[in-house]
Amino acid sequence: MRASDLLAFALSALRGFRMRTLLMLLAMAIAVAAVVVLTALGEGARRYVIDQFSSLGTNLLIVLPGRSETTGGPPPLLGTTPRDLTLADALALNREPAVRRVAPVSLGNVEVSVGARSREATIIGTTTEFQQVRQIEMARGRFIQTPEPTRASAECVIGRKIYREMFGNRPGLGEWLRLADRRCRLVGVLASEAHSLGMAMDEIVVVPVAFALTLFDSESLFRVLVEVRSREQIAAAREAVIHMIRVRHDGEDDVTVIAQDSVLSTFDRILRTLTYAVAGIAAISLVVAGVLVMNVMLIAVTQRTAEVGLLKALGSSPTLITRLFVTEAILLAGLGATIGLAAGYLAVAVLRGLYPQIPFAVPLWAALASVMVALATGVFFGLLPARRAARLDPVVALARR
Amino acid sequence: MIELRGLGRDFLVGDQLVHALRDIDLSIRQGEYISIMGPSGSGKSTLLNVLGLLDRPDKGQYLLEGEDVTSLDDDEAARIRREKVGFVFQFFHLVPRLSAADNIALPMMLAGIDPVERRERVQRVLNSLALSDRGHHRPDQLSGGQRQRVAIARAVIMNPAVILADEPTGNLDTQSGQDVLRLLEQFNAEGKTLLVVTHDPDIGGRSRRHIRIVDGAIQSDRLQ
Repeated sequence: MRASDLLAFALSALRGFRMRTLLMLLAMAIAVAAVVVLTALGEGARRYVIDQFSSLGTNLLIVLPGRSETTGGPPPLLGTTPRDLTLADALALNREPAVRRVAPVSLGNVEVSVGARSREATIIGTTTEFQQVRQIEMARGRFIQTPEPTRASAECVIGRKIYREMFGNRPGLGEWLRLADRRCRLVGVLASEAHSLGMAMDEIVVVPVAFALTLFDSESLFRVLVEVRSREQIAAAREAVIHMIRVRHDGEDDVTVIAQDSVLSTFDRILRTLTYAVAGIAAISLVVAGVLVMNVMLIAVTQRTAEVGLLKALGSSPTLITRLFVTEAILLAGLGATIGLAAGYLAVAVLRGLYPQIPFAVPLWAALASVMVALATGVFFGLLPARRAARLDPVVALARR
Repeated sequence: MIELRGLGRDFLVGDQLVHALRDIDLSIRQGEYISIMGPSGSGKSTLLNVLGLLDRPDKGQYLLEGEDVTSLDDDEAARIRREKVGFVFQFFHLVPRLSAADNIALPMMLAGIDPVERRERVQRVLNSLALSDRGHHRPDQLSGGQRQRVAIARAVIMNPAVILADEPTGNLDTQSGQDVLRLLEQFNAEGKTLLVVTHDPDIGGRSRRHIRIVDGAIQSDRLQ
């Protein structure tokens, strides 16, 4: 029998039993679409996190107070520290030749008020360098200026949302803000796109680091961001930073220095693994669809017993009967997979429209693998019913009406 | 062209062995017209199935056109059925989703014959059966007589040596039955061997040679 005839005959059988064909296509399509959509979600999450980290700036070292014994594990964000990481420590790092910029960061929450309006806000105390290191854009005015980082000049920059809440439609530049028991002059408003690591930049207040330390009545920095001159110097700069702090801290290794790169690759690994896991779970639905195909094909063989008997009487060998039914199963799986792919891509496009900030994308391997697995299950689960048809006794098969 | 020697076929019904055919010796020449009659359950259908290689004998030997076809494997038996045997059934056995033309073309499709040639041969046979305007109709749009004529066209489209008809008029009214028999006889007149299984004496009486089977054995075999 010719391949084209085989295909045409299988198609005519699929058209002849519309309801069961539609149901099987639906099962296959849902399974493939599930793989496509779930992996796109995983991939979207991965890209989102990577983008967020990348927006932190390039060639970045992050110095955290406290020490982590493990390498590559998550940094101890809330660990107890034997010794404070101070502003003097941070400024000393400027002497290292591989370092281009240093931005100390202190962090806290205080009440912000203008006249009768007030709210709680996150305060970041830092220096002018923070703007370059974090690539921050201004909507209005300028960033804080700290020619002498140790001087607590009373100026501040605020996020858009706080600006709106504090001043409404009234111009606020040059006005005074009250932060707890201190006052500072507003010199700029952050652009609201500035958004990173889940911290909403339009809800923060940025002040000079010395001002923040007196405000929080603390010596301790939250972390120090160090921008290295080039990518190649990152490892050397990291060693130099650790050494320098050790000397300053009486020989104690009590800071953790993480490179942007290693954080990035760790998250990349974790989220990739998650995507694979999700794809594996979705693949189970493909196998379930395959079992369904097998069941329905078995019913089809029973329904078409007389037809199988006739085909045998007309001179089909058992091999040919097997091929006829397997072709049907493959066609079902292939068509179902195609519909599923289309539906999956459509769903991902809709998701992208709904959440434009998350870069959902279907990984090519997932699309290819789901189609291959669908076809493989088609063959595998089509084979058993096909063999049953091939073994039918034509005399018995034809005796039934 | 057909030689059966000591042919036997047994079935196990429950725990009882039933001899559907016992010790059949039969010799059939090319172009003969034979009716096989007998009460139901006598084994006449089994004989036809064995002749058509749909069923295998348990004993004896079967020669078809000089070739021993007693114990061919499934693929070989399928090839012989395709090339040498045409079946006509009581219940027509047309594929309901295929048009009349596609049903007739089915054996040629299974044999891998070129689609262009298939169309030509189908058209020719449709014309000769006065069914040329019915080619695109599905079986459920045809009358019983038309369906059986389509089935006969399918049986002869591969130009077989033997036509095996099992109660070909069993499901038809008298007039359609007559038409169908005339058609079969016309192919017999062209040289094809024709075997008709029936329990209707009027139909059996039309052939030249009558074989009567009772309890799986040939009771009488006479020419008229």
